[in-house]
Amino acid sequence: MNKLWLVIQREYMIRVKKKSFILLTLLIPVGMGLLMGLSGYMASKSFDVTENILVVDDSGIFEQGDYSSENVSYTFTKEAIPALKETYKEKGYDLLLHIPAFSNLNSETHQIKYYSEEKLGIATIKVVEDKVGKVFKDYKIDKSDIDRSIYDSFSTDIEMENGLVTDGGEDAADQSGKLSIIIGTTIGAVMGFFMYIVIFAYGGMVMRSVMEEKINRIVEVMISSLKPFQMMLGKIIGVGLVGLTQVAIWILLVILITIGMQFFFGVGSDPSAIAGVMTEAGGGDAQAVMASNEVGDIIREFKAINWLLIIPSFIVFFLGGYFIYSSLFAAIGSAIGDDMGEANQLMLPIMLPVILAFMMLQGVIANPNSNMALFGSMFPLFSPIIMPARLAFNPPLWQVGLSMVILIISSLFFVWLAARIYRVGILMYGKKISFKELSKWLFYKA
Amino acid sequence: MSILSLNNVVKQYKDHLAVNHISFDVPKGSIFGLLGPNGAGKTSLIRIITMITGADEGTVMMDGEKMKIEDQHHIGYLPEERGLYKKMKVGEQLLYLAQLRGMEKKHARDTIIQWLEKFNAIDWWNKKVDELSKGMQQKIQFVATVVHSPKLLILDEPFTGLDPLNTNLIKEEIYRMNREGVSIIFSTHRMEQVEEICEDIVLVNNGQVILEGKVADVKNAYKENKYRLEFDGVLPKKIHNEGFQIITDSDKELIVQLDPGQDSNVLLKSVIESGYHLKSFNEILPSLNEIFIRKVENTNI
Repeated sequence: MNKLWLVIQREYMIRVKKKSFILLTLLIPVGMGLLMGLSGYMASKSFDVTENILVVDDSGIFEQGDYSSENVSYTFTKEAIPALKETYKEKGYDLLLHIPAFSNLNSETHQIKYYSEEKLGIATIKVVEDKVGKVFKDYKIDKSDIDRSIYDSFSTDIEMENGLVTDGGEDAADQSGKLSIIIGTTIGAVMGFFMYIVIFAYGGMVMRSVMEEKINRIVEVMISSLKPFQMMLGKIIGVGLVGLTQVAIWILLVILITIGMQFFFGVGSDPSAIAGVMTEAGGGDAQAVMASNEVGDIIREFKAINWLLIIPSFIVFFLGGYFIYSSLFAAIGSAIGDDMGEANQLMLPIMLPVILAFMMLQGVIANPNSNMALFGSMFPLFSPIIMPARLAFNPPLWQVGLSMVILIISSLFFVWLAARIYRVGILMYGKKISFKELSKWLFYKA
Repeated sequence: MSILSLNNVVKQYKDHLAVNHISFDVPKGSIFGLLGPNGAGKTSLIRIITMITGADEGTVMMDGEKMKIEDQHHIGYLPEERGLYKKMKVGEQLLYLAQLRGMEKKHARDTIIQWLEKFNAIDWWNKKVDELSKGMQQKIQFVATVVHSPKLLILDEPFTGLDPLNTNLIKEEIYRMNREGVSIIFSTHRMEQVEEICEDIVLVNNGQVILEGKVADVKNAYKENKYRLEFDGVLPKKIHNEGFQIITDSDKELIVQLDPGQDSNVLLKSVIESGYHLKSFNEILPSLNEIFIRKVENTNI
């Protein structure tokens, strides 16, 4: 036990003391934040159509619309189309739009034309079509006998809520909204993805470290002082603790950032108070109020998520998944020498379930209560990735519990299995390794 | 009294018998040569003794008792293939290895400092193994082997890669520890080192013991009754050679072989009667190297 502790200490300290560890631990969240911000920005940019359009409106309808709050600017002219086709560019417009005369109010379609040197993107076409359509609809309503207010009352905003959760109490009501589903999906995806990365990153770390010891020939010195099992387990636990340290630092950073954001956007969780603060800060800008409302909602939803379930469960699944896969990686690392080609070949069967689980992830997040999700949550090679992704959707507790029990038992089994291979492999040099060979090692006497 | 006693030890690998019923004793306080050609089963044997692997059959006793896993702490093993953590600092590394062999931290630190000072290596404490020369690394490896004051030292080719100065340094330390009661198993292919250092040997081939005993006894058992005689001055033409054959005859030197059952006095007598001025008279004993080659070739047939 004492020796195991020494090995754990060494494996932990050599990694944590490295400058690269400190740097990576701090840089990855920053990088992730930047990446998410950047991709979000780019996604919003792609729908953010800012065109400068010159319109020739022969129908006379479009001119009457309201264009105050548009990103697209419409400028109307009476000049002839053929001449404008040549000059619209010089005049500083991105495209020329022609709306032919519109006489039959009952017509359900109306073709309009645009002239542009480039093909327009779908987003731009949709924005323009929607706008023209809306103006035409308003025009038709005005021309008809229907009262505007009656027409407006036809449309109904439907909000679907989870009655079971809503009825649970005031706090629980927070989890019923669409926003909480979006947040759940995001957290699920992030957690699943995170587990996927973690398994490969730390599993690979264990494997390389085992290979290094074998190539270095330090194993022989080591094994003449302690059992191979202690050596392997010490390494797995040590590296695992490094991972936990890293995760703990990240969780701490997230909490600090959340608190920081709250402090910045206002102290209470009441969105109207936050909006008020923002209105003052933003000089009464309506959009700022909207934005702050959203931020407040997001923060509130974030707080409403059952973190007391998620964080401890996440750590259990993290450790379970890590133990299963890193012990398999350790076994592979012990079996191969310095031949990375051979390593890749042997790693494939280990990587396959991880990749499969990762592919399942999308479907599971879209439908967290499906049979596939249930299977993925129970099968121990998948559950470390699938179950954490479901946690934000409040899965039934018995499923979380059963999944954990299966995972813990399986991880013990895999550690045992890996140790059988490890103790033989670590002292074996210059042998071509196949799975047949590995399975024989399982039954060797020590 | 034996520090180590192997009895009918067998180790079977998938397709070959690496150790085939081997028995021998290592006398307490001796320097014991474990010899054999490549692939003879030496490494398998050493791994069994160091409890890196277990024997399929047979027993290994240490100090008269069946070996337990705790006995690993009484063994210092220097493998032929050296290994240290390359990225780890010398001091940390030695502390780690010493603690793994049951030393308490403070005591380990003091002992390591003593050893490093002895080897003029105390400045290396904070250097990574990577940064040291081969010879320096060897010294550190040696310290790692002996730091926990083992009572049995197993050295596999301990002098490879060392310059003559460092070889002597290490050799002196081995002798010193041996004088202080440490038993040493010395495995090498360098027979002249064995003759110089070892008192007892065992020779294994194909997983079996083919020769064992005291170095002097082994050499005596394989002598061929050959003598070398050196002379002063001008040699007379003829020598009365009854009871021996002259093998080579040069100006200053004569190598002869006694006939079976003859005493060396017969040779001396006829040499003196022939009027030779004898300067030296030596029995030619076979070198361990010759014995090694002869025995191994015989058993391989």
